[in-house]
Amino acid sequence: MSDRYELNKNLAQMLKGGVIMDVTTPEQAQIAEKAGAVAVMALERVPADIRKEGGVARMSDPKMIKEIKNAVSIPVMAKVRIGHFVEAQILEEIGIDYIDESEVLTPADEMFHINKREFKIPFVCGARNLGEALRRIGEGASMIRTKGEAGTGNVVEAVRHIRMIMSEIRKLQLMPKEELMTAAKEMGAPFHLVEYVAENGRLPVVNFAAGGIATPADAAMMMQLGCDGIFVGSGIFKSGNPEKRAKAIVMATTYYNDPKVIAEVSEDLGEPMVGIEIDKISEENRMAERGW
Amino acid sequence: MVKVGVLALQGGVIEHINMLNKISGVEAVEVKKAEQLAHIHGLIIPGGESTTIGKLMAKFNLKEPVIQYAKNGMPIWGTCAGMILLAKHIVNQDWSYLNLMDIYVRRNAYGSQLDSFISYQLIPKVSSEKLPLVFIRAPYIEKAEGDVEVLAELNGKIIAAEQKNLLATSFHPELTDNLSFHRYFVDKIIHNDTVKTG
Repeated sequence: MSDRYELNKNLAQMLKGGVIMDVTTPEQAQIAEKAGAVAVMALERVPADIRKEGGVARMSDPKMIKEIKNAVSIPVMAKVRIGHFVEAQILEEIGIDYIDESEVLTPADEMFHINKREFKIPFVCGARNLGEALRRIGEGASMIRTKGEAGTGNVVEAVRHIRMIMSEIRKLQLMPKEELMTAAKEMGAPFHLVEYVAENGRLPVVNFAAGGIATPADAAMMMQLGCDGIFVGSGIFKSGNPEKRAKAIVMATTYYNDPKVIAEVSEDLGEPMVGIEIDKISEENRMAERGW
Repeated sequence: MVKVGVLALQGGVIEHINMLNKISGVEAVEVKKAEQLAHIHGLIIPGGESTTIGKLMAKFNLKEPVIQYAKNGMPIWGTCAGMILLAKHIVNQDWSYLNLMDIYVRRNAYGSQLDSFISYQLIPKVSSEKLPLVFIRAPYIEKAEGDVEVLAELNGKIIAAEQKNLLATSFHPELTDNLSFHRYFVDKIIHNDTVKTG
C-alpha cells in the first residue's frame, strides 16, 4: 500500500468519535466549528432541499467551497457525483481535505464509480452492505459511511445499513478459510479485503454513520451499533435551533454510552427537522439505491 | 502495573491504547471523566480536532482537573491536536486551551490533507533507530521558551519537545508499528517521582 493511501486512511482515523456537518455558507461552517464539528461538508443545498427542489444535483461551485474553506480551520469535505471523475479532479485542484463520492447528488455514471486510486486526495463513499463497502475500498476509498436515506430525518435506513455490515462482518469471522472465496464471489467483493475483514473483524478503513440522523439519540444509537463517527446532513440546519442541536449531537457522539449525558443534551432542543417515511418516497427518489 | 490513560473524547484513541497494551507491565484505559484521573499514572491527549477536544474538555469539566494533575507532575503526552491543547501560545489566535507548555504552536502548519506526509528521522533521546514520523494536517512549534527541551526538528521547525513532565509531538507514533515513543513515555512515567506505580 502506498504512503498516500495510508495517510488518507489516517486522517479518517483522526475524525473518529466526531461529527461532520453539512453546511451551505461560511456562516454555517463557523457555527458548526464552534459547536465542535470535526469537519464540515460544503454543499449548495442540503439533501432535504435537493429532495424537495428536484432537478440534477451537481458538485457545488468551487468558489463557494473555497469560501467555506477559508472560514474554518477544521477539515473541509465536498461532494461529487458518483462516477464524475472530473468533478473530483476539480476538488483535488482546489485542495480540500476529503471528497464524498455521493449518492445524494445525481449519479453521472450508472455503471462505474470513480477510480479513486488515481487521486492523491482521499475519498469517502456510501455503502448499504459489506460487499458495497469493500468494492468502494477496492476502488481506493479511504473511509466508508452508511448511505442511510439522506434528507429524510429518518434514521431507519442508516440503522439497516450498519446492522447489515456488522452482521456480515461477524459471519465472515466465523467462516473457515475455504469458504471465504465463495463469500467474496457472492458479495461481489475483492478477495483480499474479504480475507482482511475475516481476520480483523472490522473494515480496513473507518466507518461513519450517515443519512437521516436528526437527534442526539440517533447519533448515540449509531455509535452503539458500531459506527466510528457521525455525518449529519439536513438534521442540523433544517432544525429550529441549529447551534444548540449541533452541540448536543457532538456531546451525544462522545458520550454515546452514557444515557445521563444523552438525556441532558436532548432537553429543549426546539423543533427537529420534519421527517419523511421511507415508503412514502417513490423508488426513483430513493438516494440509497444509487450506486452499486 | 503502569496505568496510562488516553483522553477519549474524540480522535485517535484506540490506536494509542493498542500500542500501550503491547508494552508489558502497562495497562491502557480510556479517560472520559475527571474522576478517572485519580487512577492513572500518566495521560495521553491524542490526535483529533483540537477545537472539538478542547470544547469537550471544558464542557465536561476535564480542563481544570487535567491542568491541576499536570501541575502536580503527572506526565502528559500530546500528539498533534494534543500538542495544540498543551501549548501556552497558538499562532494567530489570542487564546489557548490547557496553557501548560511554553511553546508557540502553529495549527495546520503544513496545509491541507494533500500536504500530509511521512518522514523518517533519528531522534537520539527516544531511539537509536530512525523512526517513522506521520504528519496528518499537522501543527509544528514555531518557538519554544523557558526550560523546553527540543527533541526533534524538521526543516528548521520543532516537531517534538519536552518540558519537565510534559511531552508534545507534531506527528503520530500511534499510527506506525514502532513502539519507541510509547516506551519512552512509559519510561518517563516510571522515572517520575511524583507518580507511585504499583
